Amino acid sequence: MRILVVEDDRDVAGFVVRGLKETGHVVEHADNGRDGLFMAASENFDAIILDRMLPGGIDGLKILETLRAQKNAVPVMILSALADVDERVKGLKAGGDDYLTKPFAFAELLARVEALGRRGKAETTQTKLVVEDLELDLLSRQVRRAGQKIDLQPREFRLLEYLMRHAGQVVTRTMLLEGVWDYHFDPQTNVIDVHVSRLRQKVDKPFPIPLIHTVRYAGYMLRAEGAV
Amino acid sequence: MIEPGLFRSAGFRFGLVYAVLMTISAAALAMFLWWFTAGLLDRQTASAIRADAQGLIERFDEEGDEGGIKALVSTIEDRLAADVDDEAIYLLVDANMHRVAGNLDTWPSIVDTPGEWRQLQVRRGGMRSSALVFRYELPGGYHLLVGRDVQVRVQLGNLLTDALIWAVAIVLAMATAGAIIVRSLFRRTVANVSATASAIAAGDFAQRVKVSGRGDEFDQLAEVINDMLDRITRLMDGVRQVSNAIAHDLRTPITRARARLEEAARGAESSADLHAAIDRATIDLDGIVAVFQALLRIAEIEAGSRRASFQRVDIVTVLEGVADLYGAVAEEKGVALQVSHPRRLEINGDAALIQQAVANLVDNAVKFSPENGTVKLAAVLDGRRIRIIVTDRGPGIPEQDRLRATERFYRGDAARGTPGSGLGLALVQAVAYLHGGVLRLEDARPGLNAVLDLAWSENPDG
Repeated sequence: MRILVVEDDRDVAGFVVRGLKETGHVVEHADNGRDGLFMAASENFDAIILDRMLPGGIDGLKILETLRAQKNAVPVMILSALADVDERVKGLKAGGDDYLTKPFAFAELLARVEALGRRGKAETTQTKLVVEDLELDLLSRQVRRAGQKIDLQPREFRLLEYLMRHAGQVVTRTMLLEGVWDYHFDPQTNVIDVHVSRLRQKVDKPFPIPLIHTVRYAGYMLRAEGAV
Repeated sequence: MIEPGLFRSAGFRFGLVYAVLMTISAAALAMFLWWFTAGLLDRQTASAIRADAQGLIERFDEEGDEGGIKALVSTIEDRLAADVDDEAIYLLVDANMHRVAGNLDTWPSIVDTPGEWRQLQVRRGGMRSSALVFRYELPGGYHLLVGRDVQVRVQLGNLLTDALIWAVAIVLAMATAGAIIVRSLFRRTVANVSATASAIAAGDFAQRVKVSGRGDEFDQLAEVINDMLDRITRLMDGVRQVSNAIAHDLRTPITRARARLEEAARGAESSADLHAAIDRATIDLDGIVAVFQALLRIAEIEAGSRRASFQRVDIVTVLEGVADLYGAVAEEKGVALQVSHPRRLEINGDAALIQQAVANLVDNAVKFSPENGTVKLAAVLDGRRIRIIVTDRGPGIPEQDRLRATERFYRGDAARGTPGSGLGLALVQAVAYLHGGVLRLEDARPGLNAVLDLAWSENPDG
């Protein structure tokens, strides 16, 4: 993916840019609002990581509003130390696709950015999700693996759907909480792990090859064996 | 004694307004009285004179020139004879001002023009007296004076005028006294509020405005101010508690993380050791951040700004959602999570916060529930209150600790050794306050009954 990072703090920017490059992305960096807006408006990116408070007279929200006014639909993830619920709402209202508060774990940032970049393309009117021999029919709401029907509770179905939509990508616990349960806080207890482990019991346990993998320090990934 | 800036004193202004209003109304009353007593008498006299003269002139006109005077003279004499009160005054003179008939000896010199009311002194039967007269011109150069003795009325009028002047003077004196009293009352009441405010400005937060108990506007003001002070004190306590808590409870994990990093930098034997130390320090830091975020969130809720974004919240959906999220965890532990609620239950509130509050309560209940126990999650509408009740059969909280359990970072003996920050119940309580409610912790014998008691409000849209 080609990603633009607009962030003025040198350490944070360096940490993000290096991390993204290591995971195989092409990264451009702007350290002030004006350059950021110029690059975002004149070049094509798969995703933009945007700090809110920037030097140069143009802050993150301004950049975002300008881009959206120009009908530029590039996925934007806002990265900010402003963590209030109201600030978050403000960011999303201005046209942000995701909002991550500082401090953050790189794994979380990576997973979310990759999910954003993917969303631009993959979210078409699919009626069936397929990974290897696992099939999920969105219309009949049925799940089959190797031709065998698997009975899932409604929430398990949505959890599996979320994992399959992000197949091959890391999905963090926070993303699952937000995407599947619509919870925007950290429940401390390992509730997500329990749900995933129950899903595994049904989807992976009876079959020779596991599809749902745990990614250390990050979350989960559903992928075919052999695929990265 | 005029104090400097007297007119800037609100007490003085109130007093002055009171005095002026009272004087104006007293003066208005006096004028009204005057108009309806003395004035009425005058008007009656004048109209009697006019009617009298009208009769005489008609009599004169009926008879013609020569006979007219004779008829007039006899009518005047008849009338004088019939006047028992001895009030009527008539004087008919010829062109040379010689008396023809009437009870006055000479024509009073000040009555020189016809068609004008005159009040004058007359001498009748050796007595000086006041009279109101009117002059008419008759054909043949005759002049007619018709009037009434108004001595008694003049005396009455003077009496009334004196009385009213005295009354106004007394009113003025009383108004001034009243103004002074109003001013001092006002001052005393304001002094009460202002003394409290200055004491608080000086740092004494225990001071409260005295409530007189009369339930008047000043009491209402005092109560509002006291409520405000209570809230400020609560917020200040919160801030103090947080700073204490940060000092005590965040220092520990920060110290731990720091020690790990320093030790790793100094003495790690292999890069694997180094990585492990860094990973553990990162986990410590994440924990600190989580505590920090929870603290900020509680502070944000307590500030009350979230109230602006209140919407209709479907409690049933919230309960089902939380039960769904924690159902799996409970089942894993062998704990049965039972949910009960009415078919529909809505309140005005912040959905995400209520969700988090309920989640925190259920999280606790599942955490402390014994294996194969039961956790009940119930919502009931009771009058104008909504109760969300979470019951477990765990160790509960000893009575002496129950009040402190909602303090930030407080962790009961039973909670030591379990994961958690000690902020869960503090957040639930903040959410309860925000929704006009409270969090009650009760003994479920055995176990704990956590009751989230919220104010229920009807849907304004019906």
